[in-house]
Amino acid sequence: MKCENCNKTATVHLTEIKGGKKYEKHLCEQCAAAAEGLPVKSHMPINELLTNFVMAHSGLPAKEQSLTCEHCGITWAEFRQNGLLGCPNDYVAFEKELTPLLARAHDGATHHVGKQPTRRGGSGVPMKRHVDIARLRKDLQKAIEAEDYEKAAKLRDQIKEAEG
Amino acid sequence: MKLSDLTQHAGEWLRGSGPRSEVVISSRIRLARNVAGFNFLSRCTRHQRQVLEQKVRQTILDASLAPQTLYVDLEQAPEVDRQLLVERHLISKPHAAAEGARGVAIGKDETVSIMVNEEDHLRIQVLRSGLQLQEAWDQINKVDDQLESKLDFSFNPRFGYLTACPTNVGTGIRVSVMLHLPALKLTGEIEKVFRAAKDLKLAVRGLYGEGTEATGDFYQISNQSTLGRSEDEIIEDFGDSIIPKIIDYEHHARKTLISEKGVALDDKVSRALGLLRSARLMATDETLLLLSHLRMGVHMGRVKDVDLGTINELFLLTQPAHLQKIQGKKLEGDVRRAARADYIRARLNGH
Repeated sequence: MKCENCNKTATVHLTEIKGGKKYEKHLCEQCAAAAEGLPVKSHMPINELLTNFVMAHSGLPAKEQSLTCEHCGITWAEFRQNGLLGCPNDYVAFEKELTPLLARAHDGATHHVGKQPTRRGGSGVPMKRHVDIARLRKDLQKAIEAEDYEKAAKLRDQIKEAEG
Repeated sequence: MKLSDLTQHAGEWLRGSGPRSEVVISSRIRLARNVAGFNFLSRCTRHQRQVLEQKVRQTILDASLAPQTLYVDLEQAPEVDRQLLVERHLISKPHAAAEGARGVAIGKDETVSIMVNEEDHLRIQVLRSGLQLQEAWDQINKVDDQLESKLDFSFNPRFGYLTACPTNVGTGIRVSVMLHLPALKLTGEIEKVFRAAKDLKLAVRGLYGEGTEATGDFYQISNQSTLGRSEDEIIEDFGDSIIPKIIDYEHHARKTLISEKGVALDDKVSRALGLLRSARLMATDETLLLLSHLRMGVHMGRVKDVDLGTINELFLLTQPAHLQKIQGKKLEGDVRRAARADYIRARLNGH
């Protein structure tokens, strides 16, 4: 059916009763809005509209929004809303999405450097303390520059031992 | 040790005798840790939260980290006690205001406190007077080792210690130095420090950390990044270069004040002392500001008859919860302000 005004496809169908007579009008959305001042019904379902609205404001693609941690059930969208993760597994489940965020928060860094626990979480099995070799090398360099050869020798031995 | 014993004295960190204490009030390091096998607190049920609290509490008490460790069950503690712990920097404001099973373990000299079920399962903290970052690190590292021998902490080789908020992940370390910068404030140069700190990716906050305003010219400067650098590097950077530069800057401003505005400076300090010695009603913020000016005057040799220990104690003991604990009753409005003024007058007039 064509619009009575402009020949576009008519999508608004009105029935009016005036003086006991029935009038029907068929208009396209634009003409209905312009001529009749009618609120135009959107074809977009309300939930889609809302999702789009949320997306536009959070800047997240739908795929990321619905990412869920299988362990604690938290979604990426929930995390983005309150800034707190739900469980340690989130760091694995959201690794790809978290990485750029971590880089922003930590001056570009995405990998831990520093202390390591003697026992690996959950296992209860003692873990050999990992020695931070990069740090030892840096210290060795400093010791050599400062001509502290006694310290340098000690550090060299530590590096040898750590490298096995 | 009982909680009320705390009101008899100021903690170790307010001795006022630590290195660089003319500018540095205290050095604080905290470590965020979570127990493996449990969700983070945002996803814990009430029951899981209780189980965690029991487990961590028992581990801390068994480890006898410090002789006479005091454990305060914050779910049961009255508001005034929780406030007292905030005023002493032993717990955070959110920890005091939160709900559910949570607590804090406090070592005898108050240098160590361990918050249980704050944002993370454990927040270990060491607080020391003056610029003592290395000492604070050595101490907290030992406490962490001790706890780690009994608890499995959530750790991932790539991300390090796993924390509820990704801004703490990695080392989980937050190094904060509380600075008294009255001369930079008076000469209007404090903004430069803020800008420099921002460029260096450091956070500047008020007396009680995140979300608090700077009162009485006290500022807390902390690292923001916790990933990609070792604990030693973070501490070295802070203690060896950044903080000493700010201290020098403050000293320079103090010298400028003496040489160019000597009379105005003495006027400010004397007015502060005069008010503190005579006023009949005193509000918290005004007290902090006046004590700040007095502290500056003592350090710059402009006031001779007041010692630093007294000022430090007044800072602490005139805060709302401390005053109420000392007097053993609820004090509000003008009654509280009058009690505060009475207390200050008595201490400063040598009664």
